[in-house]
Amino acid sequence: MAGADSAAADPKGAPGQGAPRGGSGRRAVGRKAAGRKAVGRNAVGRPSAAWALPGVLFFVCFAVAPMLLVGYLAFTDWDGIGSPQWTGTDNWSRLWHDPDMRQAVWLSLLLTVLTWLVQTPIALLLGVWAAGRQRNRAVLSAIFFLPLLASSVALALVWKQLLDPNFGLIAEIGPALGFEDGDLLGDPQGALGAILFVTAWQFIPLHTLIYQGGARAIPRSLYDAAAIDGAGTVRQFFSITLPQLRNTVVTSSVIMVVGALTFFDTVLILTKGGPGTDTSIVPFLMYKNGFQAFDLGYASAVAALLVVVATAVSLLLVRLTGFSAMRSTREGM
Amino acid sequence: MTDVLHQRPEADRTTGKAAPPSKPRRAGLPRLLKGSGPRRPNYPAGLASLIWLVIVGAPLYVLVATTFRTRDGYIDDGPLALPTHPTLANYDRVLSSHFFSYLGNTLVVTAVCAAIVIVLSVTVGYAVVRARSRMSRRVFQIFLLGLAIPSQAVIIPIYLVITKLQLYDTLLAVILPTAAFSLPVSVLILAGTMRDIDEELYESMALDGAGPTRVLLRLVVPMSRAGISTVGVYSALHAWNGFMFPLILTQSRSNRVLTLGLYDYVGEFRVDTPALLTAVVLSIVPIFVVYLFARRQLINGLMGVGGK
Repeated sequence: MAGADSAAADPKGAPGQGAPRGGSGRRAVGRKAAGRKAVGRNAVGRPSAAWALPGVLFFVCFAVAPMLLVGYLAFTDWDGIGSPQWTGTDNWSRLWHDPDMRQAVWLSLLLTVLTWLVQTPIALLLGVWAAGRQRNRAVLSAIFFLPLLASSVALALVWKQLLDPNFGLIAEIGPALGFEDGDLLGDPQGALGAILFVTAWQFIPLHTLIYQGGARAIPRSLYDAAAIDGAGTVRQFFSITLPQLRNTVVTSSVIMVVGALTFFDTVLILTKGGPGTDTSIVPFLMYKNGFQAFDLGYASAVAALLVVVATAVSLLLVRLTGFSAMRSTREGM
Repeated sequence: MTDVLHQRPEADRTTGKAAPPSKPRRAGLPRLLKGSGPRRPNYPAGLASLIWLVIVGAPLYVLVATTFRTRDGYIDDGPLALPTHPTLANYDRVLSSHFFSYLGNTLVVTAVCAAIVIVLSVTVGYAVVRARSRMSRRVFQIFLLGLAIPSQAVIIPIYLVITKLQLYDTLLAVILPTAAFSLPVSVLILAGTMRDIDEELYESMALDGAGPTRVLLRLVVPMSRAGISTVGVYSALHAWNGFMFPLILTQSRSNRVLTLGLYDYVGEFRVDTPALLTAVVLSIVPIFVVYLFARRQLINGLMGVGGK
C-alpha cells in the first residue's frame, strides 16, 4: 500500500489549488499556528473521529470495497448469475493476447493524448480571455458555458443526429469542411475524430471555467508591473499568465486525462465502438464483455487494468509536473 | 515543461532589470489607472472567440430550432433551415411518452443523492477538520484515494453488491453508488471550507461549553453554507447526469431515469430526429432554469464535477 499512500497524499494539493486566491501557504501557516496554540488545551467541543463513521462506511461499501472486489473478480470466471469461479490468471493471459484489448488500450491512450492536445490550448486561451471583465466577454462566456448544462448522453444524442450522413448537419456543411460524403462515423479515423470533437465540444467549457477561475486569481499587480516595463499582451501571457496558471494546468490536465480514459457514454451512443472495433476504447470493451457477453470475470480484468492505468497516469502527471512539491505560485512575491 | 514554466519569470525579471525600459510606457499607465483587463480591444482574441461562438452556437441553434419542426420539414429543408411552420407537436409527443415518469425518477434520485451526500460529507468533513485523532487523517486519505477511482471501473463489483443486496432494478440501486462517488469531492470541498473557519470562533463556542453537535449546527453549518450549496449542486448534477449506473443497475421502464430514457428514445423515435432532440431539450430545461436563477452556485457545482 506504499504506492497508495503516496497516491493519497498527492491529490491533496488539488483542493487548495482549486481556490488559488487564498494561497495554500497562508493556510498551512495558519493551521500550524492553530495547532501550536491548541497544544495542551482540552478538547471541549471537538467531535470524535466517530463522526466520520457513517460517511466512511458508506463510501467503503460502495466505492472502496468494489474496487478491491474488482481485483478479486479479475481472477474469476463469472456469468453474472451463479457464483464467481476462481480461475487464476486465465483472464490476464487472455487479456494479454486479446487483439481487441491491445487495440482498445492503444485507442484509449491515443484519444487521451489527442484530447489533451486539442482541449488544453483552446480552454486555456478561452479561459484567460473570459477572465476579462468586459461586458461582451461576460455575455459570450454565458453562451460558451451552455454545453455544460447537458449530460454526456444528451449531447452524444444531439451529435449523433448532427453527424447523420443523410440528414444531419454534416451532410449539409460536410463538403465545405472537406468530408465529401459526410459519413464521418462510418470511417475509422472519422469516427475517432468525431469522438474527439464531440467530447472537446462538451468539456472545453468546463476547463475554460477552471482556467477562468485561475486567471482571475492572478494578482493584478503583476500585470501592472509588466505593463510599466512595457510588456505587451502576448508577452504578458507567456511571462505572467502561463507561469501563474501552472497549478491550474495540472488540475485541468488530470481531470482531462482521467476523463478521456473513461469516455464511455459518448462512445456507446455515438459509435457503439465502431466501425468494427475502431473506436472500442477500454471502458467500452469492458462494457461489451461484461454486460453484453456477460463474461464478467474477464470484464473485471479489463476494469482492473483501467483502474491501474487511470491511477498511474494521474500520478505520473502529478509527479512530472512537480505538483506535489509545489507550495504556491506566489513564491517570491 | 515545468522547468520552462519555472524559469520564465526569473528570466524576464532579470532582463527587465538589465535592459533600460526602451519601449514607451503608453500602454501601461492607463491600464494602471483603469485597474482591470487589457484596455485596448484584442482583435485576434475577439475573432477567435467569434469562431468559437459559431462552433458552440450552430449546434445549439439546430438543437433548439429542430424541436419546432416537423420530421418531413427537417428532412426536406435540412437542419440549418429556419422553422417556417413552427409546431409544438414534438413536445406533445415526447411529453406523452413516459417523459414525466422518467423525470420523476430522476428527481427522486437527484434529491435523495444530494441529501445523502450533504449529510455524510458534512459529518465527515467536520470530523476530518476538527477531530483530534490520527484516525481523521486516515479518513481524509481514504477519500482522497477515492478521487482516483473511475466509477466505470467498479461497475461490475457494484452490480454484484447490488444484486446481493436484492436492490437490482430499484431507484436505490442507482442512488447508493451515485452518492458514494460524489463523496470524495464533496468531502474535499467541505473540509476546505471548514478549515477556513476561524479558530477563535470554535474556542468561544467551547468556552460556552458547547458540545460537538451544537458546534456543528450553530457554527460549522452556518459558516459553511457556501461549501454546502456547492456540494449540493455538485452531487445533484452528478446524479442528474448519471448514465452508467442506471444503465447497468436498472431494467424496467418504471425505474428508468431521464438519461436512460433519452437513450431509449433513440429506439422509439428511430428516424424522428425532431422528437428525439425535443426530448434532449426537455431534459436540459430544468438545469437551464437553475442556471438562470442560481448561476454562481451552479458554476461552483460544475467546477466540483470537474474534480475541484
